[in-house]
Amino acid sequence: MTEMPIIDVHKCDGCGLCVGVCHCHALGIVNEIITIIETVNCDWCTDCEAVCLTGAISCPFEIIIQES
Amino acid sequence: MAVQLDFFKRIPYFSGLSLAELESIQKLVFEKTADRAETVALEGEPAANLYFVASGVVKVFKTSAEGKEQILSIVRPGESFNDVPIFDGGPNPVSARTMGPVLLYGMKKNDMGAILRNHPQVASNVIKVLAKRVRDLVSLVEDLSFRHVISRVAKILFDHIGDEMGHGPRLTQQQMAAMAGTAREVVGRSLKALEEQGAIKLDRHRIIITDKEALKKVMGLPS
Repeated sequence: MTEMPIIDVHKCDGCGLCVGVCHCHALGIVNEIITIIETVNCDWCTDCEAVCLTGAISCPFEIIIQES
Repeated sequence: MAVQLDFFKRIPYFSGLSLAELESIQKLVFEKTADRAETVALEGEPAANLYFVASGVVKVFKTSAEGKEQILSIVRPGESFNDVPIFDGGPNPVSARTMGPVLLYGMKKNDMGAILRNHPQVASNVIKVLAKRVRDLVSLVEDLSFRHVISRVAKILFDHIGDEMGHGPRLTQQQMAAMAGTAREVVGRSLKALEEQGAIKLDRHRIIITDKEALKKVMGLPS
């Protein structure tokens, strides 16, 4: 399963700004609510999170150590 | 003209105007569409039109000589860009690029001048909008010049390291910004700087600390 941005449907006001900025078409609006379409093309650019005024989308990072 | 009056009266510049005033101003507006990643304003160039975003999102940014980008603001529907060169007649101090397909409502520089002269309410609204922008920019200047945000971001990463399975707290850039007392845009820039220094690697939804000692050095800790 591909890790994808997280949607809080209770915060989403269906404005659709995130759909417009998503270059990999991983976001769509279904019944006026943002829905994630799983895709390996999502490169975690976090633009969807940046443009969301209601804080309905989050792109959290795992922080790990991997020293060579 | 497809410009919707309902949308038009929600634009902060035109707040509090009568229907008749809005209709007279609406006649001066033209539409412009742009696809994703189109540069719609270029730093250093003169600007002929003021633009209001009708749909979509535009980012306003400056670019350094080395090509580094600092986002100054994200312009959403109802908000404007190109204001500075339109009002002071100088070159554009910033560039603007679309973050997806956008619809813009444009207004010629001369028409905007006439509106300001004929509608004092608009002049008052413009002052409020620009004052808020000054406030936001002052805050960004403070972040960029006085605060060692990068060392705080480094410490936040250090304090939130998960195990090798990735189990641990997960943080968004917005959360890191709140923790560091800065703007999200500054966190994004700090992460890129840490990556350039070889301390971390951004791998999709993972921030991989590739050089713990380098990270500690940025934090100001002894190795």
